[in-house]
Amino acid sequence: MVDSGNAGCRKTLAAKRAPLFWGIIIIGLLWTGMAFGAGNYDYIDINNPLLKKVPIAVPFFKSASGNGAESETAQTGAIMLSDTLSFTGYFKILDRGSFLVDAQKSDIAAPVFKGWTSVGAELLVTGGISLNNSQIEMELRLFDTYNERQLIGRKYSGNVKDIRVMIRRFCNEIMGLLTGSTGLFDSRIAYISSGSAGKEVYICDFDGYNPTQITHNQSINLSPAVSHDGRWVAYTSYAKGKPDLFIQNISDNRVSVVDKKGMVISPAWVPGKFELAASLSFSGDPEIYLLTGTGKVINRLTDSPGIDVSPTFSPDGNKMAFVSRRGGTPQIYVQNMNSGQAERVTFQGNNNTQPEWSPKGDKIVYTALEKGGGFNICVVGVDGKGLMQLTHAQGDNESPSWSPDGSMIAFSSTREGTSRIYVMTAYGADQRRLMSTPGQQSEPKWSPGVTN
Amino acid sequence: MKRKYWVILAMLFIVPGLMLTASCAKKVTAKPEAAVSKTDDSSKKAAADTSKPGDSAALTAREKFMKQDVNFAFDSAVLDATAQAILKDKAAWLKDNASAATTIEGHCDERGTVAYNVALGERRAEAAKAFLVNLGVPAAKMTTISYGKEKPLDPAKTEAAYAKNRRAHFVLK
Repeated sequence: MVDSGNAGCRKTLAAKRAPLFWGIIIIGLLWTGMAFGAGNYDYIDINNPLLKKVPIAVPFFKSASGNGAESETAQTGAIMLSDTLSFTGYFKILDRGSFLVDAQKSDIAAPVFKGWTSVGAELLVTGGISLNNSQIEMELRLFDTYNERQLIGRKYSGNVKDIRVMIRRFCNEIMGLLTGSTGLFDSRIAYISSGSAGKEVYICDFDGYNPTQITHNQSINLSPAVSHDGRWVAYTSYAKGKPDLFIQNISDNRVSVVDKKGMVISPAWVPGKFELAASLSFSGDPEIYLLTGTGKVINRLTDSPGIDVSPTFSPDGNKMAFVSRRGGTPQIYVQNMNSGQAERVTFQGNNNTQPEWSPKGDKIVYTALEKGGGFNICVVGVDGKGLMQLTHAQGDNESPSWSPDGSMIAFSSTREGTSRIYVMTAYGADQRRLMSTPGQQSEPKWSPGVTN
Repeated sequence: MKRKYWVILAMLFIVPGLMLTASCAKKVTAKPEAAVSKTDDSSKKAAADTSKPGDSAALTAREKFMKQDVNFAFDSAVLDATAQAILKDKAAWLKDNASAATTIEGHCDERGTVAYNVALGERRAEAAKAFLVNLGVPAAKMTTISYGKEKPLDPAKTEAAYAKNRRAHFVLK
């Protein structure tokens, strides 16, 4: 399948991709592409600071019969897919007006690759739609145009109203192949939105669609945190008159309440367990405690006079980053859960808070107060090295949260005046607003979708 | 000297006793040592609750108790000289009003992260309470609550507004 005629132009790309094609490549409809294994590809290296967006072509899907509703679905489906990929900031979606190939006339299983490389596409997605009343059958394929091979092929069928779910699934496969992580497009973001009476907890899809209100107590609700299976949300609420912790099941609304004396704030779930950490002050001093998923205190994790708050766990659960004022100003510390030893990791600035440990395990994102005033999002390695500032001089930027695959960061920003939720790549590129609903939005917490 | 001692001792028992019965009955709230000054304002204030017109000084002190906030520096729960002076007044009022119970609210300015500010607000409320306990106010009369940065007094984004918002605020139960 290699076209030697283009070997010259392809050289740099092939050289980039050379490590990928060691083994036998099987091209087939049900081949998953995951056989490459994590770390074996460099299509998209999200840790690369000089990341170039991968040019991808997503022509309108082919309609089997050409009739009205089917053709329209073929177009909207392709747009939905390119929008979903575009959300990540890692792709350059090529303008359909520049395409030389007529998707309706081409073979979606065997594209003419030269027609695509000549408009600059390195990746190509083709689709075919067959619509019968509300039943849809959709074939989607991802191709590497320069190496002229199919990478992923899938067939979906179901009700046409679920087309977004099917498209998201396919995009998850694309992201899985290219970055080694899946689940981005099933993920959800919990957040706080203010209304006429207080602030309530909401959850929306990763792209801001389908906001759903979770709390309805017309009180002040803060700091939502969704469990790793996507089924529970913990949050601080003044519904009972003081800052208590509520742990709520998202589907049946069962609630456990932790209402110990003082405050119960900044919940964070422990990876892989039905347990969470939170800061409680019932002993007279705010310390971080470990709780069961139903709110019973298991044990105390920090032991230091002064404020200890905002825990976040490494993906293996062995370490916890948190904010402590034990050194005089709020700074971020990393504590080994086995030894109990804590080490400071932020040394610049007088106010570093809201740490979140990357799901990839290597970095901590947090909020830093600049000398001139103004809050900005920074990222540092878990050893305290490699500090990078991701937002600059645009309002107050706070409350960062990693996507479950570690490829993106959600945060709140007042750059437009009102506090809104924004997203950006893990390297700070492509900062854009997620959505805009009445009131002020804050405290986004990105979480996996519900696992079945 | 012994006689003076007796007088003071008597006052210590009689005055609180008067206050106790007075507050419980809620009919007379006059402070024995206060010079009552009747003004139109005070009678309007008196009309606002069920106390008798001769309470204007008591109301002023009570209003002052509720309106005068203790302020803090940024990211601090330290009580400076002004704060301590205000708290001394509050201690005096609380001791004079033995049946009064108060909630001390801790607040922060809007800068800084939500959870940390709830913790800081609590530190402020607790600092004020501890200071009052040291001045002899029974701890049982006071509860604390933090609202973090959620209930600013002044929504403006100026240093002056921020300074007002960094406060411990006293509410009578």
